[in-house]
Amino acid sequence: MSADAVEGGTAIEQLTMAKAINLGLQAAMTADPKVLLMGEDIGTLGGVFRVTEGLHAEFGPDRVLDTPLAESGIVGTAIGLAMRGYRPVCEIQFEGFIYPGFDQITSQLAKLTYRHEGSQAFPVVIRVPYGGHIGAVEHHQESPEAYFAHTAGLRSVSPATPHDAYWMIQEAIASNDPVMFFEPKSRYWQRGEVDRAAAGPGMHASRVVRAGTEVTLVGHGAMVSTLLQAAEIAGEEGTSIEVIDLRSLSPIDYEPILASVQKTGRLVVAQEAPGNVSVGSEIAATIAERAFYSLEAPVLRVSGFDTPFPPAKLEGLYLPDADRVLEAVDRALAY
Amino acid sequence: MSYTEATVQLLSPQGTLVENDTTAEYLPWIEKLDDARLQDFHRQMVVIRRFDIEAGNLQRQGQLALWIPSLGQEAAQVGSGYAARPQDHIFPAYREHVVGRIRGLDVMKIIEMLRGLSHGGWVPADTGNFHLYTLVIGSQSLHATGYAMGMQFDGAYGTGDPEKDAAVLVYFGDGATSQGDVSEAFIFAASYQTPQVFFLQNNHWAISVPVARQSRTPLYLRPAGFGIPSVQIDGNDVLASYAATAQSLDDARSGRGPRFIEALTYRMGAHTSSDDPTKYRESDEVTFWAERDPISRYEAFLRSRGADEAFFADVATEAEDLAADVRARTIALGTRPASAMFSNVYTDAHPVVEAQEAWLAAYEASFEEAGR
Repeated sequence: MSADAVEGGTAIEQLTMAKAINLGLQAAMTADPKVLLMGEDIGTLGGVFRVTEGLHAEFGPDRVLDTPLAESGIVGTAIGLAMRGYRPVCEIQFEGFIYPGFDQITSQLAKLTYRHEGSQAFPVVIRVPYGGHIGAVEHHQESPEAYFAHTAGLRSVSPATPHDAYWMIQEAIASNDPVMFFEPKSRYWQRGEVDRAAAGPGMHASRVVRAGTEVTLVGHGAMVSTLLQAAEIAGEEGTSIEVIDLRSLSPIDYEPILASVQKTGRLVVAQEAPGNVSVGSEIAATIAERAFYSLEAPVLRVSGFDTPFPPAKLEGLYLPDADRVLEAVDRALAY
Repeated sequence: MSYTEATVQLLSPQGTLVENDTTAEYLPWIEKLDDARLQDFHRQMVVIRRFDIEAGNLQRQGQLALWIPSLGQEAAQVGSGYAARPQDHIFPAYREHVVGRIRGLDVMKIIEMLRGLSHGGWVPADTGNFHLYTLVIGSQSLHATGYAMGMQFDGAYGTGDPEKDAAVLVYFGDGATSQGDVSEAFIFAASYQTPQVFFLQNNHWAISVPVARQSRTPLYLRPAGFGIPSVQIDGNDVLASYAATAQSLDDARSGRGPRFIEALTYRMGAHTSSDDPTKYRESDEVTFWAERDPISRYEAFLRSRGADEAFFADVATEAEDLAADVRARTIALGTRPASAMFSNVYTDAHPVVEAQEAWLAAYEASFEEAGR
């Protein structure tokens, strides 16, 4: 496990998630000349979040493509480049701008390996900054991951820490399947330990990030830090909480969740996305199916509301915080 | 009805060569062709028309779920298909059966797809770089453009070596020109100056909607706004289709950037076997285009050059043989195992798909045990 390696290693750096992804992209591009970056403003500007900063200068305009402003065009041409043997990494500037490319992602990219009966792989990564907490305008704070986790042929992952971001972006690029790489943009500028000498457990592994005995909390992306905060508060009040960082949204790694629920008997799933037909819904249903006799309480979900993402002054009410998580913890413990 | 003053026609509907200032640019491409290749054009047009009829019959007899006829568009497809070199890559829409055949695709792969046995599934590397059909209208235009961008990064064109310089040829229809993806493909192609040719078959109907609903200007004028040179041809003239495509591909392979061809043709039959064109179009229009049939004019041309009855009889025999072979092989097609449903959803291992495949196998096996 990388946590051990980080503690035991000597190459630990304090990096932001944005820098960690940047270094992961640089490592992948250095290792494989077929890796290309494509997107809007990712070249000389380095992306609106500066995640690709410096890479245009280092690798040139044929490796870091400032594309025309057209998401379907970006994904559609990435598909053609993959047919030619390239491994394109597309940046969607903000998650709310992904829908012009939705058809190329879900009807084309996701299905083309199947349609080719395996004769052609489509190793395309779609990087998607997502989620709220940044006070931005409409279409800049959403969590659309369920659409893609629902689609066969795609893999979907989301790192919660700089260390995971560094390693998972490289794993996503190395994957021979299309990968949706959801980057929690509110975490871009948070520093964390990165050990560039110690790979993580694999991008599809979920992981216990805080051990506890009474309630299990599961979340992904920026929500993981909220869950850890809630667990800390609960711990001070005498409740022992286990926190699991989902990391992978499709496929979901259920074994650590099942093992945890068998111990705690209580599960709360939290996410920024609306709860209706969501990743959290799928986890709740699956745990109810597979761990029914271990459960002491119904699986509870804490989600964004089933409204459009509100104007930014209301996002504090919309987005689940530690108090909303703890309210659900209290309800679970009341059974 | 839709020809304009700009329409390039090398062969009149009567089968005579058109020689004027416009055609002088294109006729040298035809002069380079030997008699055998000129006869190939005819052979492919006749054979595919017979195949098309047979496949339509098979659909009506319940052997295919759907058929997509190409009746009337043979010249546009055969001429352009033969203009591509082996190293070129071809991205079809879903009606270019004869282009696939020219490139080496066994037409049974198309039959299997429309019988419900596959989603295409052929291997482009084994079919002369003829890529899979795409049913979402216009999506393939972006794949083609991306492929051509890759050729550019690889330096696969513009070297002057005719054995190596390559380009992409992408087909789409008049309906597709309204899709955003096609416009985005024009934008990316122009921006990156990709080695590719956009080949529009304007067959005048997007199922039941006439081309006038898609565009108020002739479609060959649209690429100018994107910075892509274009030409409009008589798409029922196989020589014009060949020459314009050869020239455009030559431009693309030489590094002069993308090109666009609008081939004016006509979908003589239905959009697919589920369609009834008598509900939305007039017989006058059909008659107009029937008088400009691609095969009859080309047959007259070949006869004027001395092709004899033995040749035409041989072509007719080949067409009948293929039709009979396709019928026999279609009826003999089996089904596919459940594993075909689960395979290749992903390239790398995937626990959900594997678990569901195993579950289905156990579920199916449970009936066998119960039946004992």
